[in-house]
Amino acid sequence: MKIIRPTIICFLLLSLITGIAYPLAITLIANVGFRHQAEGSLIDKNGRPTVDESAAVGSFLIGQTFDQPQYFWSRPSATSPMPYNAAASSGSNIGPSILGDTVKSRVDALHQADPANSSPIPIDLVTASGSGLDPHESVAAADYQISRISRIRRMDAEQLHALIARHTQDRAFGLFGEKVVNVLELNLELDQVASIAAASQPAATTK
Amino acid sequence: MTTTGLFQIALYLAVLLLLVKPLGSFMARVYRFQPLFGLDLALGPIEHLTYKLCGVRKDDEQNWKTYALSCLAFNLLGVLAVYVLQRVQTMLPLNPAAMSAVSPDSSFNTATSFATNTNWQGYVGESTMSYLTQMLGLTVQNFVSAATGMAVLAALIRGIARKTTDKLGSFWVDLTRSTLYILLPLSALLAIVLLWQGVPQTFSKYKTANVLQPSSYTTPHLDKDNTPVKDAKGNPVMDTVNVATQSIAVGPVASQIAIKQLGTNGGGFFNVNSAHPLENPTGLSNFLEVLAILLIPAALCYTFGLMVGDKRQGWTVLAAMVIIFLALVIPCVHFEQSGNPTLNALADQHETALQPGGNMEGKEARLGPINSAIWAVATTGASNGSVNSMHDSFTPLGGLCPLWMIQLSEVVFGGVGSGLYGMLIYVIVAVFIAGLMVGRTPEYLGKKIESYEMKMAAIIVLVPPALCLIGTAIACVSPAGLLGPSNPGIHGFSEMLYGMSSQGNNNGSAFAGLNANTPFYNLLGGILMLFSRYWIVVPTLAIAGSLARKKLIPASAGTLPTHTPLFVFLLVSTVILVGALTFLPALALGPIVEHLKLIGL
Amino acid sequence: MSSAKARPLFDLPIVKRAIVDSFTKLNPRHQLRNPVMFVVFLGSILTTGLYVHALTGQGEAKPSFILGVTLWLWFTVLFANFAEAMAEGRGKAQADTLRKARRDTPAKKLSAPSRDAQQSSVSAATLRKGDLVLCEPGDYIPADGEVADGVASVDESAITGESAPVIRESGGDRSSVTGGTRVLSDWLVIRIGVNPGEAFLDRMISMVEGAKRQKTPNEIALNILLAGFTIVCLLAVVTLMPYSIYAANSVNVALIAASQPATAAPVTTTILVALLVCLIPTTIGGLLSAIGIAGMDRMIQKNVIAMSGRAVEAAGDVDVLLLDKTGTITLGNRQAVAFHPSNGTHERDVADAAQLSSLADETPEGRSVVVLAKEKYGIRDRQIHEMGAHFVPFTAQTRMSGVNFDHRMIRKGAAAAIEAHVQSLGGEFPAEVQATVEAISRQGGTPLVVADGPKVLGTIELKDIVKGGIKERFAELRAMGIKTVMITGDNPLTAAAIAAEAGVDDFLAQATPEAKLKLIRDYQAGGRLVAMTGDGTYDAPALAQADVAVAMNTGTQAAKEAGNMVDLDSNPTKLIEVVETGKQLLMTRGSLTTFSIANDVSKYFAIIPVMFASTYPVLGKLNIMHLSPGTAVLSALIFNALIIIALIPIALRGVKYRPKPASVLLWNNILVYGIGGLIIPFIGIKAIDLLVNLV
Repeated sequence: MKIIRPTIICFLLLSLITGIAYPLAITLIANVGFRHQAEGSLIDKNGRPTVDESAAVGSFLIGQTFDQPQYFWSRPSATSPMPYNAAASSGSNIGPSILGDTVKSRVDALHQADPANSSPIPIDLVTASGSGLDPHESVAAADYQISRISRIRRMDAEQLHALIARHTQDRAFGLFGEKVVNVLELNLELDQVASIAAASQPAATTK
Repeated sequence: MTTTGLFQIALYLAVLLLLVKPLGSFMARVYRFQPLFGLDLALGPIEHLTYKLCGVRKDDEQNWKTYALSCLAFNLLGVLAVYVLQRVQTMLPLNPAAMSAVSPDSSFNTATSFATNTNWQGYVGESTMSYLTQMLGLTVQNFVSAATGMAVLAALIRGIARKTTDKLGSFWVDLTRSTLYILLPLSALLAIVLLWQGVPQTFSKYKTANVLQPSSYTTPHLDKDNTPVKDAKGNPVMDTVNVATQSIAVGPVASQIAIKQLGTNGGGFFNVNSAHPLENPTGLSNFLEVLAILLIPAALCYTFGLMVGDKRQGWTVLAAMVIIFLALVIPCVHFEQSGNPTLNALADQHETALQPGGNMEGKEARLGPINSAIWAVATTGASNGSVNSMHDSFTPLGGLCPLWMIQLSEVVFGGVGSGLYGMLIYVIVAVFIAGLMVGRTPEYLGKKIESYEMKMAAIIVLVPPALCLIGTAIACVSPAGLLGPSNPGIHGFSEMLYGMSSQGNNNGSAFAGLNANTPFYNLLGGILMLFSRYWIVVPTLAIAGSLARKKLIPASAGTLPTHTPLFVFLLVSTVILVGALTFLPALALGPIVEHLKLIGL
Repeated sequence: MSSAKARPLFDLPIVKRAIVDSFTKLNPRHQLRNPVMFVVFLGSILTTGLYVHALTGQGEAKPSFILGVTLWLWFTVLFANFAEAMAEGRGKAQADTLRKARRDTPAKKLSAPSRDAQQSSVSAATLRKGDLVLCEPGDYIPADGEVADGVASVDESAITGESAPVIRESGGDRSSVTGGTRVLSDWLVIRIGVNPGEAFLDRMISMVEGAKRQKTPNEIALNILLAGFTIVCLLAVVTLMPYSIYAANSVNVALIAASQPATAAPVTTTILVALLVCLIPTTIGGLLSAIGIAGMDRMIQKNVIAMSGRAVEAAGDVDVLLLDKTGTITLGNRQAVAFHPSNGTHERDVADAAQLSSLADETPEGRSVVVLAKEKYGIRDRQIHEMGAHFVPFTAQTRMSGVNFDHRMIRKGAAAAIEAHVQSLGGEFPAEVQATVEAISRQGGTPLVVADGPKVLGTIELKDIVKGGIKERFAELRAMGIKTVMITGDNPLTAAAIAAEAGVDDFLAQATPEAKLKLIRDYQAGGRLVAMTGDGTYDAPALAQADVAVAMNTGTQAAKEAGNMVDLDSNPTKLIEVVETGKQLLMTRGSLTTFSIANDVSKYFAIIPVMFASTYPVLGKLNIMHLSPGTAVLSALIFNALIIIALIPIALRGVKYRPKPASVLLWNNILVYGIGGLIIPFIGIKAIDLLVNLV
């Protein structure tokens, strides 16, 4: 028939072109030009890019759980079975009407960790990200935590402000996206500049 | 809404509209066999080899029935191939994460989903599909389902532009040329920029990193049969699991993301789609991806204008699309930026220099509420369905915008090809009513609109709403359907309505709280997607065939001009009115009542 | 027949008949013809059943509420029936008037084929095939037939377009006469060729009365659209039941969890039916067939009988009008415009002689000579009897007319006849007069030569006179996008002059039947729709080819058979009105469809807030009209039914048509029927709700 042959041949050829040749070509380009990104933008404990998995403390682009008081907390994550499960991204999908209770418990946890801090809590710090893997939070969210961290790490607020500023990414070209702080990088440097205090303090309770 | 919001919308539309003319005229060259600035020299041998092996000739044109039959046969083979690939992926190479075979119902749903350009994802991407399935199954369909839409559009445009012929072009030629000269080059370009921005592209297995702050979590203790164990008091026994490493899903992402955005597919590599930082790492990547969603559908309007020999006609359709887009994107940005009224007492949702504020549940910090809302409306306007935020957690009215956008039958930009051919059907309906109002048998671009066209147009306009409404009706009274929603009550209804609307219109986005990976939802959704795609493709081609046979009536002062602001208004009204009258009651029971209750608190 | 135009919209006998018909039309088979109204019909039966059920005390709502809804649903069906019956009734009444008018034409019936046979005056409609009638100067020939005796000049200008009278005589190929033509001089005895009832008009009347109307193509297309829209509404409404069951259940679960009584109930079927009927396009659905019938009826009121609704519809689409010059663009008869003296004669003398010769000439040409002489030279009208003059009438033999007095013998006539006349008297026909005659002929005028005895005085120039106001009419047509083409037998030079004067877009000169047919085909090949009028047998092929072909009632049988409309007034200018009526028909449909659909928005705001009152009381905030919850549904339904009655006048008369470009028309109609359709029901429903609560 006039239709069967082109159907099969056309499908096979287009599969070959778009399903094999195209991804392979892009992979080739990636290996030559963007090897670090192509392998997941891994970073080592100094915050430097690496492609060596064993040296990696994580990915520049993937958030991690930070819920101990000496770290800048990352945003809540709704992945399962544990937060920041980078093998199974997920949002909370909680509807707006029933979100109140969930947010309330997150707010309470923040207050508990820093009872003296009565400034308003930035919304992104108490709402789960879409991916559950958000590597960032707003500058306001980081700033809010300065009082707690300066207390625990005995650091100047100024020093922390500077640290936050160093890991703040502005909008791309001043136009695209939002101004954010990379939490993993921030905490990595935090550990380096003030290798604390955390030792002298009893490890804070989780959650 | 703040000025930041308005500025971002303006920036987005400005760049989009700037690209319409160059890309639109390039695509017109593709369908008119004109030189393509060297691209045809580079890829020409592949194109001609394809024809040669297929046994078709470039100038061997088909009538509408053969065109439709070719289209259906090709798509059927696509569905079968994706189905089989999922079922046997364990036996095939490129499966480093050792994914098991996908269940029959999920395989069926995914196969129809990708072949119909819906790209609804019932499954969790990074924990279901092998690399080979992602590439050879899904990426291929991302290309060819988009190219199918473009081919059908090319046939319809030829039907309008030609006279007294039954030839609409060759499906094989249109399919091949759309893929080779439009989708492939654009995808490669976008993929490379995305690589630069941080999207991975690798065949190595998932990465493991030692995390900075180890943590632990508790999980129910399971026995051999995977049922939770309970202690003597009946409380579940919990295990504590320590987490010191993070497994990071990677893969050949960039190549797939580029085409899923450009081809209005939307089927992401990862579960959360472009909310995932590896799928959409930066503000720039986000801008390019959301631009890619509407790029081809918008530019095709210009292609249409060129091919029918009256560019104003293309601009008219585009203007109508832009107006409806604005009418929904502005409120969406407004409501998402205003935040959730129930959280005002708990947290600070105001936009400041240090935070974007707004409703941030389900949104990424680097993207913020404005870019999430723009994306939501763009992706639902086009039948893309990719997301960069969780629509389920939008405010009720913020979520109404993307939901209603889907319910407008995916004609506001719409899918590549399918959006414009859908809109042209609305044009025919609008022309019909308007034509009567000026006292003439209606005609569009010199072609009389008669009862045959109206019959087909009525089917096309009727099918998507019917599928959405009936699908939701079945879901919300059947026990299996009621297991789907993760949210109770009103919002649960919205989840079902959104899910059925999305599949019934070949969109693919979701109020993702709906647990749709069940045999019930997989089968129901699969059927909706098949009907919604092909029950529109075939009548559209029938209209193309019928219009091509007609004589061309020269325009006069008595002819209704279809390039005026008045006609734009009429077209917009037709689309909005049909959408409103069909869905207002359902929306009243979902987002509207939820909103009223929320502000009543 | 002007009485037809004066008929009031709601004529009492017609209304009475229509009310009765409204009930007989409840026949399900009749209802099935109209998908939209059939849905209402089924809904009415359903709620009637629900009402009966409610009377047993187990109904889903209060019986009084269901009864109210049921009654207004039935009213909706009846109102739609009434609209259709009204339109049909007017058509029938119109046919009656036509028939009466037809019978009124008198004829002189003869007992034998001789002029001297016994005469009796009878109505033309009673004439049968084979009957003999006498026609004398001024008489209209009552029907088609053959000349049995006599020879006469007959004015067939209304048929052939030729202003010059033709000779009809018994025997030979000039023996056929056509009904509606007029004998100018002499007499004829005619043998009638058709029976009553076979006559074209009679068949038309029976068609109008029969009302066996077939749906027109455009009506079918609109019906499909409306049916599609009805299905969408049906789905939107029917699926509300499961949705509301889900909503009520989830609300009740929450109430029970809070240990409160479960009060949420799903929506009732009665309200769903009411909502459905309010949403589906009942306004246009109910009026659609009335609009179609009324369109044909309006044609009849203009004394045009359309053979089919399709023809009326096509009239609205016409892009090219082929108009015969004579009778349409110019006055049917030529008029004197100048006097050209022969050498040695004063121009005034020519005028004087011409006027004298025409004093008793009652033909339009003759009168125009008198008038010209008076206007141009101040020669006063004289009374021919006072002067003792003897008038010599035009005869087919002499082909001259004139006057004898004071030994003068003044004659006027065609050049050849006068030439023969003066030569017989020993005079000469001067060469310069011959030149003038030829020059006038070349320019499309008609020369008449005047002679006093053997002396040729000069020439009267007769010319076509373009009708007053025709130029403006053509400009309007141009604005509507319709091209006008003048058809004439004149030479191109003359044709161009008249075309320019009349303001037509194009002309076809020296038109032959073949050239006319080719012109139509050429336009059609270019995708245009062509309308024309015609009457002669020669016109038949062109009439058959044209998309809209209006045959003159006075035309030949062949012409009438070939056309798809007949103009009883035989007025070629009517073509323009025909086009307007066609457009008006489509516009009425389009405008009322828009109105009907735009209405729906308000009905949602009326009904949705109350239909989920027990489940989501908060939706009451959408009750922006502040309707009383108990009567909101009923008020919307009453409005929906009454609007059908309210719009019957528009359906019957058609929406106002003005010759404007399409974009202007569209804007006007969208403003009135679209935006108006959005706003009016908000006001109407609120007003009805206030009234209902007063009662």
